[in-house]
Amino acid sequence: MENHKSEHGLSSYLIGFVLAVVLTAIPFYVVITHALPPQRTLLVIGIAAILQILVHLRFFLHLNFTSTPKENLLAIVFTAVLIFIMVGGSFWIMFDLHSRMAI
Amino acid sequence: MSAAVTAHESEAAETHEQRALGFWLYLMGDAVIFALLFATYVIMVNNTDGGPGGKALFNLRNAGIETALLLVSSTTFGFASLCTRTGNRGAVLFWLLVTFVLGAGFVFLELREFAGMIRAGAGPDRSGFLSAFFTLVGTHGLHVSMGLTWILILSGQVMMKGLSVPVTSRLFRLGLFWHFLDIAWVGIFSIVYLPGLL
Repeated sequence: MENHKSEHGLSSYLIGFVLAVVLTAIPFYVVITHALPPQRTLLVIGIAAILQILVHLRFFLHLNFTSTPKENLLAIVFTAVLIFIMVGGSFWIMFDLHSRMAI
Repeated sequence: MSAAVTAHESEAAETHEQRALGFWLYLMGDAVIFALLFATYVIMVNNTDGGPGGKALFNLRNAGIETALLLVSSTTFGFASLCTRTGNRGAVLFWLLVTFVLGAGFVFLELREFAGMIRAGAGPDRSGFLSAFFTLVGTHGLHVSMGLTWILILSGQVMMKGLSVPVTSRLFRLGLFWHFLDIAWVGIFSIVYLPGLL
């Protein structure tokens, strides 16, 4: 929409694609080979997922701090806060309940 | 915007930007829905009621192929977006078709997986875990199916109306939707399939 078209070019999609492939291959590889203990594997999966989501936002949805309208950034930050409160709150309540009920 | 742009064009661009913001707000609402379905799944994942769990049901190869199909389709949609800029109608239609075929392959694999699970007695009514699984993954699959319908409709518009300003603007929003679905899928394979197969 803005005039930063050069950075939205073919290279953006190709860089995004290659990074996404790498960030998908790593967790799949770790799960297939059982190269790490379960806790570490979950950590690798989590970090790769967060990085991959950032890659998608940056290279496919072209979010950045210069050309993306402020309202859109504000909306995504607000959504992140909502998700944090609702998901975090659900986990807090349900896991607390679980630990009280389990024994 | 360059100074040569006429008042009429800049006015049109303004409404399209407003629509992009409106659509963006819709996507954020969708993100909240998916986040809560993920939370429900994580809470329910061990409630198998003596039925099969993820390890018995999930197939890493199937999930891997689905991931590949969706990621490549996200990239090919990007190519379609790039071709709207040069005004190459044939190329836009070609990349939309490629995106559609890849997305349809994804939906086919997902439906086959669902059918196999239901036939094996692991339908959404079997346990809390399976209810949460079918709701989360099914909601995503429904979104992809809607996206496929949308691709068909817009392909028709590109054919009949050409790459006019409104059609290009619609393609832009469809692109946001399609890339967003790939992000939701990253969450699904990272929270559902990979941890389930550990």
